[in-house]
Amino acid sequence: MSSLSTISPDLLRLDASRETERIVARIRELVFNQLKRKGAVIGVSGGIDSTVVAFLCARALGKERVVALFTPEADSSPDSLRLGRMVAEHLGVQSVVEDISPILKGVRCYERRDDSIRKVVPEYGEGYKCKIVLPNLVDSDRYAIFSIVVQSPTGETRKVRLTLSAYLGIVAATNFKQRARKMIEYYYADLHQYAVAGTPNRLEYDQGFFVKNGDGAADFKPIAHLYKSQVYQLAAHLGVPEEIQRRPSTTDTYSLEQSQEEFYFSVPLATMDLCLYGKNNGIPAADLAPAAGLNEQQVERVYGMIDSKRSVARYLRSAPLLVEKVEGISE
Amino acid sequence: MSTTDTVARAVREFIVANFLYGQERTFKDTDSFLAEGIVDSTGVLQLVAILEETYGITVEDEDLTPDNLDSIGSVAAYLGRKMNGVAGRGPEVQDGVQGGKA
Repeated sequence: MSSLSTISPDLLRLDASRETERIVARIRELVFNQLKRKGAVIGVSGGIDSTVVAFLCARALGKERVVALFTPEADSSPDSLRLGRMVAEHLGVQSVVEDISPILKGVRCYERRDDSIRKVVPEYGEGYKCKIVLPNLVDSDRYAIFSIVVQSPTGETRKVRLTLSAYLGIVAATNFKQRARKMIEYYYADLHQYAVAGTPNRLEYDQGFFVKNGDGAADFKPIAHLYKSQVYQLAAHLGVPEEIQRRPSTTDTYSLEQSQEEFYFSVPLATMDLCLYGKNNGIPAADLAPAAGLNEQQVERVYGMIDSKRSVARYLRSAPLLVEKVEGISE
Repeated sequence: MSTTDTVARAVREFIVANFLYGQERTFKDTDSFLAEGIVDSTGVLQLVAILEETYGITVEDEDLTPDNLDSIGSVAAYLGRKMNGVAGRGPEVQDGVQGGKA
């Protein structure tokens, strides 16, 4: 275990060159030998995680064996497509734009979401924007109960606590987005006999920050073992464009800009990284607190949140359960 | 039976019906819902909805804490405090809570 004097964000420092080569070799083994696919499809959002995965796949499989897929919809930031294109051009890989708005309209994603929002904000309608947010969970013992922030066409904002049915309705509707994207990714995977690369980092994979059978679905997940700050280290080593390295992590799911911090993790991602590392390595809250910039009680609360999110994530990661083992299949 | 006991019994029936699916499981009035894996944050929303509907109270944002809602006993005590605070507004405490309204 680390001594108190050595507990710092440097704990998460890795040898980026060596780690890159290790992951690249592993991607080749997974895609060509285990999955028996000819290349990889990556949904590139212009964020740091999908960009690093695209860089790693291009290096591992060859740029001619990678498809970068952009799937904007009505609520997407224009930056996502612009930065995604920048990645594809930088790597020289094939890219495809598939606007998923018509699919989402077809399944009434926006209509269902807005109907659910109106359960708590009756005036919500044309021209309004929204996002859902968590309260501050670090400074007091509170439940992780979401509120919705709405902005009227005239720019007035208000925040309202969600009821159970409004919350479930909004989440169920917006999850169409990640599932529609995955459907398109598998279209291109089938078309080219490629594998679909998943892009979660360790925080997301461990804490269930993904949609089951949406962005949680993939054939391989090459950075799921890396803490977020380690993904940034790889990005710098790989030469990811500066603008992408500096871009704040967003969900790009709601029409109002929403950070991953306010939607899911409650603390800055660098702090969350350190707390997850501390939790995984048995570092007492009091010892981790100075390096995390929190007090002991706050670290204890983050440790508690990690546990409760892990218990939810078990369902999200679970493969279909069987009544009994099916003979003749080795998995 | 005191009002607190009646409320505790009603909350227990609600928890068993909605979160334990009617299965027998022994837990004490002081056991933590979260620690025992009985109710998570989404479940708390359901619990809040049923408390508001059944007892005519409003659960404020600042009341959404484990101190108030994380065990049979804490919910009963919280309800007692709330109903004293809004005397005359809420309905009479009834035996049993109608599950599945949330």
